[in-house]
Amino acid sequence: MKHLLHHLDKAFENKIRLGIMSALMVNDMLDFNALKDLLGVTDGNLASHLKALEKVDYISVKKQFIARKPNTQYAATPQGMKAFHEHLNALERLIKESNQQS
Amino acid sequence: MQKTDYIKELSEIRSMMERSSRFISLSGLSGVMAGLYALLGALVAYQILGEYHSGPIKDQTTTIRYLLIDASLVFLLAFGTGILLTTRRAHQQGLKVWDATARRLLINLLFPLGAGGLFLLILLFHGYVSILAPGMLIFYGLSLINASKYTLTDIRYLGIAEIILGLVAAIVMSKGLLWWTLGFGVLHIAYGTIMYYKYER
Repeated sequence: MKHLLHHLDKAFENKIRLGIMSALMVNDMLDFNALKDLLGVTDGNLASHLKALEKVDYISVKKQFIARKPNTQYAATPQGMKAFHEHLNALERLIKESNQQS
Repeated sequence: MQKTDYIKELSEIRSMMERSSRFISLSGLSGVMAGLYALLGALVAYQILGEYHSGPIKDQTTTIRYLLIDASLVFLLAFGTGILLTTRRAHQQGLKVWDATARRLLINLLFPLGAGGLFLLILLFHGYVSILAPGMLIFYGLSLINASKYTLTDIRYLGIAEIILGLVAAIVMSKGLLWWTLGFGVLHIAYGTIMYYKYER
């Protein structure tokens, strides 16, 4: 079972980061406030997790102005989507294996 | 990590995907209330039509004006109650009512509904009265199917039922009020009751 564990993506170990990625998989784009409402976290907390995902190129960031207010849109990149799918597959296999063991 | 942890993680991912892309607080009771308003509205419409045939109202324009007021009242009451009950339900679930998913749902519902409504109004002014009931049912059904991508998928079936009823009404081309009552009254109450027991109990 150990050999499967390294397929789990380190970037998704954190619940908030996993939540951000899950939401961005089914939405073309979400802005900062939408993510904040969805996850129920503070600005600073969310910003640091977004930064982490941006750093590994799993999400892309687009800054713009809506009615003169700054608005930041986030989207999943192709790499991010691939990593997310692999993470899901790894989870599935881990569950399957532990089913066989028991 | 244990197997249960992985399963929990998967279900959290699933719930986040649902919550972020669909508006899930739609209240079943608002469907029931919409149905009741429609039944009441149909009763009033029946009276208006009765007076047109044998009572004091003699000309068609006045009749149609009364019917339009009646229909608008039903729509406003149903919509208002729907918003009220849905807001209450969202609070119970600890969710925000007016978020991106709510906006998307409303836009995708109101665009086809608005286009259909205007189209039917135009036809009405050209004198096509009998197309009204089947037309309303079909456009409403199409709007629901369009909106079902952004909320509980169950309203898709309500949409399909409305369209079938609308097509049957178009074939028969008479007893429009009866078909309208079935579609907007009975179907709404049935759908709302099913939704209430499925999600809110």
